[in-house]
Order: sequence, then C-alpha cells, then structure tokens
Amino acid sequence: MPNARTSIWTWAFGLALLAGLLVLPQVLSFSQREIAVLLVINVLLVVSYRLMTLTGEWSLGHVVLMGVGAYASALFSKRLGVPVPVSMLLGAVTAGVAAAALSFPLFRMKGFYFLIGSFAAGEVIRLIWKYFTFPFGGPKGLKLIPGFPDIGPISFFEPEIYYYLCLVVVAISVFILYRIERSRIGLTFHAIHWQDKLAESVGVDTFRYRMLAFVLASFFAGLAGSLYAHYIGTVNPTRFDVEEMVYVLIWAIVGGTATFYGPIVGVVVLTIINDVILRSLGLDEARPMFYGAILIASVLFLPDGLESLVPKFKRMFGSAKSTPDREVAEAREAS
Amino acid sequence: MTRPILEVRDLSRHFGGLIAVNHLSFAVQPGSIHGLIGPNGAGKTTTFNVISGFYAPTHGQVIYQGRDVSGTKTARLAAVGLVRTFQGTTLFKEFPVIDNVRIGCHASARSSFMSRILGTDRAVEAAATRKAEELLDFFGLGDLRDEKASNLPHGHQRALGMAVALAADPRIILLDEPFTGMNPEETARMMALVRDVRDRGITVMLVEHDMQAIMGLCDTITVMNFGSLLTEGTPQEVRTNPQVIEAYLGSPAHAA
Repeated sequence: MPNARTSIWTWAFGLALLAGLLVLPQVLSFSQREIAVLLVINVLLVVSYRLMTLTGEWSLGHVVLMGVGAYASALFSKRLGVPVPVSMLLGAVTAGVAAAALSFPLFRMKGFYFLIGSFAAGEVIRLIWKYFTFPFGGPKGLKLIPGFPDIGPISFFEPEIYYYLCLVVVAISVFILYRIERSRIGLTFHAIHWQDKLAESVGVDTFRYRMLAFVLASFFAGLAGSLYAHYIGTVNPTRFDVEEMVYVLIWAIVGGTATFYGPIVGVVVLTIINDVILRSLGLDEARPMFYGAILIASVLFLPDGLESLVPKFKRMFGSAKSTPDREVAEAREAS
Repeated sequence: MTRPILEVRDLSRHFGGLIAVNHLSFAVQPGSIHGLIGPNGAGKTTTFNVISGFYAPTHGQVIYQGRDVSGTKTARLAAVGLVRTFQGTTLFKEFPVIDNVRIGCHASARSSFMSRILGTDRAVEAAATRKAEELLDFFGLGDLRDEKASNLPHGHQRALGMAVALAADPRIILLDEPFTGMNPEETARMMALVRDVRDRGITVMLVEHDMQAIMGLCDTITVMNFGSLLTEGTPQEVRTNPQVIEAYLGSPAHAA
C-alpha cells in the first residue's frame, strides 16, 4: 500500500509533468516543435513495442506495422476521401488486422526464429509497397496526404497545435497500454514469457495471448503511423526500413524494458541528446554512429537501462529512509 | 463400478521407429489416487504427455468423462478440468507466490477486455485473489504470499506447483513425479497433501519412481514395462507380483 506521502509526491510529479508537457511548445523554437511532435509519436511507438516484448517475443516488424497504419490511413483519406480522424483510426485497425493475419505463420516460431521471421514478414510488406505503384506509389511512396482538418480557427498545420493533438491521442493510448499491462492480461503476458508450458497447463491459450499482444502493439504502432503520415504529408517504404526499427530497439534497450516507463525514458533522452544537442553542434548526420556508441556504452555500463537509475535517484532525493515496504514495491514493479 | 473419469484405450505413441507406448489400456476411477509406475524408459512420461495433450497419440484414444479427448491441446483440457503438473519446480519463478496462484485462476477469473482497461474487473480479481489465498493456506504457504517464488525452499516450491494446478479447478489432477528430489520429511508432507487434494473431491493420477510413497498412497497402481501394460492392481497385489519384481530387479537367473 502506498503511504500518503508517496502518493502526494506521485501526484505532484504527475502534475508537474503535465504542466511541462503543456507549456513545452511555447518554449521551443519552430524546428524543435517539429522534433517534439515526432518525439510524442515515437513515445507511442516504443511503448506499444514494450507491450509486445512482455510475452518474451522481440519483433523486428514493429516499424513496418507502424508503416501499415501510416499507408492505410493515407490511402483511406487520400483515395477514398475518408475524413482524416476516421482514417487514422482505420489505419490503426488495419495494422491490427495485418498483425492478426501475420500471427498465424509467425507464432509457429519462438525466440530467435520469431525475430528473423518478423523481419522477413516486414520486408515482404515493404516490398509490396515498393512493387505496386498502384495504390502504394512504389519506391517514392505517397505524397500530398491530407492533413488533419481544421476545427474552427484551430489549424493543425501548425506543429504547435499538432503537438497537442498528438499529446492527447498518445496520452490516452499510453494510459490504455498501462492499464492493459497492469491488469490480468499483462500478468498473463508475463506468465507466457517466463513459463509458457505452465501457463498452458492451467488453461491459458498461449497462441491467442501472443496474438493479442501482437495485435494490440500493432494497433497502437499503426496509430502512431497515422499521426505521422498526416503530419509529414508523405510516406515511403524507406521511412519504415530496418534502420528505423533498430532505433526503436535502441530506445527500448537503452531505456530498459523491465518497467513501463523505461522505454519512454530511453526515447526522450536519446532524442534530446541526438536532435537537440548534436543538431545544435551540427553533428546530426552522425546519428547512426551516435546511436551505436550509446548502445555499446549502455550495455557495458548500464545493462539494466536508464530506468535502473530511477530508484537510485528516488533514494537520493526522496525520503532518506526508504521503508522496506517501498523496496518490495519497487522490486515488484521491476519484475 | 462407476464410469471411469479417465480412460486410456489401446494407446500407442511412436517416435520415428521407437515405440514409446504400445497398446496401453487402463482406467482411472473417480475419487481415487491412481499410480502409474515402471522402470526407467517404460513409457510413463510419454503416456502422461499424451494424456495431458502435449503429444497426440499415434494410435488409440484418451477418454475423459466419456468424451474422446485424444490430441486435444493442454489449455483446452485444463479448461474442462484435466490439469497436469510438471516434473521438478516449474513455476513462474520471477513472480510473487500469490501471482503464481492467481495465474492458475485463469479460467475462473474471466472478464471482458474493456473491463480490464476500465478496472471493472475488480470483483472478479478480488475473488481470484481470495481463492489464491485460500489455496496458499491449504498448502501451508499463506505466510509466504509476497515472497518471490524462486526464494522458496524446494518442498514449498513443489507445493506451490500443486497450488497453481489446483487453482485451475481440476476434476482430475495429473502429478508428474511429485516426490522426486525430496527428503523423507518433505515426502511425508507431500503425501499428506496429495491425500488432502483427493479429499477435496479431486481424482489424482501420478507418475512416480518413489516406491515407498506410491505404495503408501495409491488405491490402484498401473505398472508399465517397455511401453506396455505389465499389471494393474492394489499396492499389495503389485508388490507381490513376480513380474513386477522381475521388471525392477531382473530375474533371479540374471541376478545369479
């Protein structure tokens, strides 16, 4: 049971975070606002990826499924004239349906084989986009994707306004993902990760749960893709290639995947270092090298990710006498 | 005689050219403790794995409560009340003890997807937690509720494994070598627990090497050798059967 003091701190932290997120665009330059929009979208991408990893399967197709959402939403709105808010939802649903279909071949495999299988499946989808000029636009992809419609005087063309839209969508999605993880569904995902045979022996249909994790993760990745497509206005197969997937992996690994917030910390910290600090030094071309170096450094010096620093900070700055109760709670959170 | 709860009819299982189980038939009476024994390599574990849905039979049938369930997946069998345990300490070792048993409550804690997100599954989950706690008390693990499962001593881990299985509301529970690696004291405790489980109205079938335990516990014993049925009977009958003694110890001619 959290004591009154901890819960006050949690609330204070939450409110400060919310205020910070709301004020953020006001203190940023124009180009930094663009980065902020992409960062919020990437938060959803990496948090949804974590849901997938709960079952113990690491996919290399997550960014491609984000792309499925982006392409589908773009096509629904551009070719069929579906209103953009609806097409975004349809994009997410399409990514979920694609994941459901891919589950049948992919979940015949586990571990390393699943990893390679998911990579191959992703490449097949990317080749389909490349090969079929109609409707996917071939290697050049789709251009002139309609933007989010104006609501009265509010124009979503402005990065600042689009940032708030993304913030709302991503906050709701992240909350849903958090609730899923904290419920029996999340517990069952963990159980399948640690002992799938034992889970089966008490009646858990492991295939259905693996599929559920994959479909949910892909749905929210697809939603992130839709947000991306209608912001940038163009999508192409290269945007969703394996290099992008490697960035997602690095965000997750550097942040740590044991806690819900680990991957969020990873994507935020790495984006700030890369897109704000390195860019201001004119070194943003060095992104792959920088990410490689960060990955190696974090595996060597911080194998449990940035998230492992959080309890340390809490002990340093929080109440000096951390009760055994809290340590147990933290340990549980970490497992 | 009443209808058997579990029946194996003319069951065979081949692995390539190897015949692990060869035309085996036996029946388990409801409310009994039924032992399946035999020397190493007799096909006990394969039989067990076929019954629990891990392998499909090559030939023959597994009948559970009058229905042919041959080749049915383990999870489906668990849902209808045929639950197995595992050799050794197969647990969710990273989880607290209580969460191990809560996973076991999978079937009885069903709730819709939306209710999980909205938190309206609270009543169902509270019931599952109560049930898990009751089972932990039953197995004498109540005080270890929040301990990580891997920190438990061996005997307690085995008891927890049974608690997880019991949480799935079995009508028949299949125990895979429940006494392996236990000292005499732990074995005695486990025997008492198995009887307690039976007294809850759950049929018990077990595969075991420990002769002492199985003779003291079982109502009926099926003895296998080289994949086939050797004999079946009460512990007394099995103990004095010359074929069984020969299978285990070799014939007097060999011994000489």
